[in-house]
Amino acid sequence: MKKETTLKNGVSFIKDILLWNLSGSIGYQIYLCILICLMLTGVYGYVVQFKLGLSATNMSNIVSWGFYISNFTFLVGVAAAAVMLILPSYIFNDKDLHKVVIIGEVVAVGSLVMCMTFVFVDLGRPLQFWHLVPGIGQLNFPSSLLAWDILVLNGYLALNALIPAYIVFCHYQGKEPVGKYYKPFIFISIGWAVAIHMVTAFLYQGLPARPFWNNPLMGPRFLASAFAAGPAIISLVLHVVNSATDYKIDNKIFNKLRIIIVSAAVINLLMLFSEIFKEFYFPTHHSQSAMYLFFGLEGHNSLVPWIWTAISINVLGTLMLAFNPFRERQVFLMPALVLLIVGIWIEKGIGLIVPGLVPSPMGEIISYSPSHVELFITIGVLGLGMFVVTMLLKPALIIEKRYEDMVGPHQ
Amino acid sequence: MAQNIFRSVKIDKEDLMDSDKPKKINRRAFIKGAASTAIAGGAAVTAGCKGKGLLGSSEAFALEFQEYFKTHYRLMTQIEREKTVSRLERIARLKQDMDIKIDTTGPSEKVLYGYAFNVTRCEGYMECVQACVKENNLDRKSNTQYIRIFEMEHGQMSPDQGDGKYFHMVPKEGHFYMGVQCFQCDNPPCVKACPTKATWKEPDGIVVVDYDWCIGCRYCMAACPYWGRRFNWNQPQIPREEITRKQHYLGNRQRVRGMVEKCTFCIQRTRKGKLTACAEACPTGARVFGNLLDPDSEIRFVLENKKVYRLKEDLGTEPKFWYFID
Repeated sequence: MKKETTLKNGVSFIKDILLWNLSGSIGYQIYLCILICLMLTGVYGYVVQFKLGLSATNMSNIVSWGFYISNFTFLVGVAAAAVMLILPSYIFNDKDLHKVVIIGEVVAVGSLVMCMTFVFVDLGRPLQFWHLVPGIGQLNFPSSLLAWDILVLNGYLALNALIPAYIVFCHYQGKEPVGKYYKPFIFISIGWAVAIHMVTAFLYQGLPARPFWNNPLMGPRFLASAFAAGPAIISLVLHVVNSATDYKIDNKIFNKLRIIIVSAAVINLLMLFSEIFKEFYFPTHHSQSAMYLFFGLEGHNSLVPWIWTAISINVLGTLMLAFNPFRERQVFLMPALVLLIVGIWIEKGIGLIVPGLVPSPMGEIISYSPSHVELFITIGVLGLGMFVVTMLLKPALIIEKRYEDMVGPHQ
Repeated sequence: MAQNIFRSVKIDKEDLMDSDKPKKINRRAFIKGAASTAIAGGAAVTAGCKGKGLLGSSEAFALEFQEYFKTHYRLMTQIEREKTVSRLERIARLKQDMDIKIDTTGPSEKVLYGYAFNVTRCEGYMECVQACVKENNLDRKSNTQYIRIFEMEHGQMSPDQGDGKYFHMVPKEGHFYMGVQCFQCDNPPCVKACPTKATWKEPDGIVVVDYDWCIGCRYCMAACPYWGRRFNWNQPQIPREEITRKQHYLGNRQRVRGMVEKCTFCIQRTRKGKLTACAEACPTGARVFGNLLDPDSEIRFVLENKKVYRLKEDLGTEPKFWYFID
C-alpha cells in the first residue's frame, strides 16, 4: 500500500475506520450490541466444548462431521459467489454492478472468516493447529484435499481482502487506483473463486468410501447452488445498505442480481433432479444414503422434514424470482431470496454432510441433530461473520460515497 | 513451501525403505528454537511455582510444555525419540503414579503382516473384542472397540447386512459371524486424506497414527470405507489396574481427547514376535495372523490353500485382511 505524507495516510485511514465504525445512530449501536451478544454466546459454547471435548457435540464415530462442517460447506459457496459481481463489473465493465462489487467482496471476506472459524471449532485438538502450517508443521500437499482447501481458502481471503483494501485506500486519498497494481489480481481472483468451491466439493467427491458424495456432479452443483445463494445473500445485504445508509442502490442492480440468481437456481434444481433420478430410478445399495435423507431408514427419519422443506422452498423461491409477479417490489423480492437461501442452506449443509456418513460403511444407521453447544457456537460464528462484514462495509461505503461525490458518478 | 514439499517427498521415500532408522536430515532451526524456548519456558515455570498446582506437579507441566513443541515422529532423530519417550514415561509417573514402558521398536526386514479370518469357525463369543480393549488401552467410558463382530444370516456376505449389536447366547442357529477391524490397506485412503501426515503406512504394512501429531479433523474417518477409525470424543478413561503398561509409541500408549486412533495389529506385541491380542484370545482358532513374506507361515498356507475373499475389493484399497471358509 502506498504511503504518502499528506494528511490522509495509513494511520489516519485506520483511525477514521475505527471512528466511523464506533459512531452511528442509536439503532446502529443496538445492532452492534446484538452482534456482540451473539458472539459471546459462541464464546460460551466454545468454552464448554473446550472443557468437555467434542463429546459436547452430538457427533459420533458414525456421524463424524456434523453441523459445523455443514455450515462451512454452505459458506464456502457464499464466499465464491463474489465472483458473480467481480466478473461482470471488471471484465464486462458493467457500471451498475461496479458500484456494489465492493459489497460482494466484503461479504466474501466475512464468509471466509466464518468458514475458517467453523473448521477451527471442529478440530479435536485446536492447540495443535500449527501442525498444518507449512515450514513448522507438515502440510500433506498435494495428496490431501483438505490441505488444498486450506491453501485455496487462505489465498482467496488474501485476494478478497487486499484488492478492495487497495482500491478503498486510494479512494480515501482521493486518487484513482492504478489498474496495473490490482487488475491482474482481479483476474486471478475470478479463477480462484471457482477453485475454492471446486476444491471443497472434491473434498467430498474424492472419497470412494462414501457413495453419496463420490459423485462427479458434486463440483458443478456446488457452483450452481453457490451462485444462487451467494448473490441472494449479497442482495439482502444490499437491501440493508439501501435502507439503513445514504449509499443508495438502484433497482436495476437488484434486477440484475435477480437474473443471475434465477439462472443459477434453475441449473441447480436441474442437477438436483438429475441426482434424485439416479438414486431412485433404479435404487442400488449405494442409494441407501439418499433413502435415509428423503424417506428415513429403520425409523431414523430426522432429516426427512428438513430435506422436503428445503426442496419445497427452493422451488418456490426460484419460481417467485423467475416469474417475478410483483416486479421490483422489495417486500416480495426479499422473502423469495430468504426462501431460496434457507433452502440451499439446508440442502447443501446438513442435507449433504450427514447422509454422506449414514449409513456407516458397516451399515449402521443413526439419527443426528446438533447439540446446544453446537447451536451456540454456530450462532456465535454467524455473529462474528456479520460483525466482520459490518466493520468492513461501513467505512468502505463512507469512503466510496465521498469519492463518488468528489469525482462524480463512477466512470 | 516448495522446500517443504521437496523434503516431504524425500522423507516418504526414505521411510518406505526403513522407517525405524532415525532421520539424517538437518534439524530445522525452528524446531531447535522452539525446543529451547520450551525448555527455558518450562524451567521458568518450574522455578516460578513449586509444588502441586492446577496442572499437577510443576515438573509434569514443564514436561508437557516441552511435549507440545515436539515434531512429527517420523522426523525425530533416535535421540529425540528417546527423549520424548522418557518424558512420557516420567509424566505417567508424576501424574498417574505409574511405571509404564514405551517402546519404539521399528519394523523388521522381510516382514509384511497379514490377517485371515475363518468365517466357518467364528462363533461370536467376542473374546477378541475384550482382549483388544484391554491390550490397547481403549476408552472404557465411551466403550471404544476396534473390532466389531457381525451376526450374519446364511446367504449374506457383507457385514453391513449383518447385526453388529446382537446380545444373546451364541452361536445362534442358522447364523454365522464375521469380525471387522482396520484392514491395514496396502493402498490406504485414510493416509491420503490426512492433512498433516499424522497417519502413514509402516514398511511392515501396519497403518499407524502419530497420536501427538493428529489435530483431530476426522477427514480420515470420512475416507475409510471400512469404518476402521475411532475418535476420542472425550478424555479416555481406563481403570488404573487395567492399564496395559507395556506400550508402543505408535500403538497402545495412552491417548488424549481429540485425536483419532485405530487398530495397529497390536504393534507393541507383533513387532516383538508375538501374536495380536485378538488372535491369541480367540477360543475357536478363527483368527490367523502372520508374516505374508514367510512362505512357511500359517497365513501363507491359508492364502494358498483356502478360498479367500476380501471386503469391497472394487474400491482398490488392497486390504491385508482376508476372509475364508473351511
